[in-house]
Amino acid sequence: MRLESPLGRALGHGSAKAGADHWIAQRLTAIGLVPLGLWFAFSMTSLQHGSYELVAAWVAEPLNAILLILLVVTLVYHSMLGLQVIIEDYVHGALGTLALIAVKFVHVILAVAGFYAIVVTSMGAGQ
Amino acid sequence: MAHSDRPLSPHLSVYRWQISNTLSIVHRMTGFALSIGALAFVGWLVSIVAGYDAYSTVNQLYGSIIGVIALFGWTFCFFYHCCNGIRHLCWDIGKGFDKRSAQQSGMLVIAAALVLTAGLWAVVWTG
Repeated sequence: MRLESPLGRALGHGSAKAGADHWIAQRLTAIGLVPLGLWFAFSMTSLQHGSYELVAAWVAEPLNAILLILLVVTLVYHSMLGLQVIIEDYVHGALGTLALIAVKFVHVILAVAGFYAIVVTSMGAGQ
Repeated sequence: MAHSDRPLSPHLSVYRWQISNTLSIVHRMTGFALSIGALAFVGWLVSIVAGYDAYSTVNQLYGSIIGVIALFGWTFCFFYHCCNGIRHLCWDIGKGFDKRSAQQSGMLVIAAALVLTAGLWAVVWTG
């Protein structure tokens, strides 16, 4: 038995000293995703009837490739931060920990795969 | 540290459903849906670098009825999450946080998301 009230245990511990960086990163990636997302969404409307060669050439355009890489990196980071919060809110215990690890792995894979695909397509392997 | 007997906050059952909390949970649900969409996005990029056959398969899948329904859904999720995200960013710098402004901006977000989704797909279907 502890001769300490719950209040007494909590007092003086301060904040967890973490979390502000998560909050800020979520906002900064959000700001970046507004123009990048809108650009991508409307770009897709002009590619809908495109042949394979045309789509690959579109990805290989320097400006498109750079914006696509920025989009993949920003999107994956933002998605990872968002899913982390959802899991922390709804999934508890060991399952929650496993889910958090799985989410990180999947997002790193997505970032690497997306980056690889854009760069290699840009270098002409897709044509 | 799971204390299941502790009271939970927020106390969902005491709230009347209103626009603010509805838009809040929809923001989270659309964010989750967009994380799934990130898989489709990176899958599309990888199919391009993988070559003509892989791209054709993915293109056929995304062009199927289920694919188009999913893409339509992701389009709405994106525009909603984007517009409501801007609303959240405004709140973060202390703008529009009073009840009346929050309700008005909420209605504006719904309208903007619907108009942008309809606009983008109008371009797709007439293009």
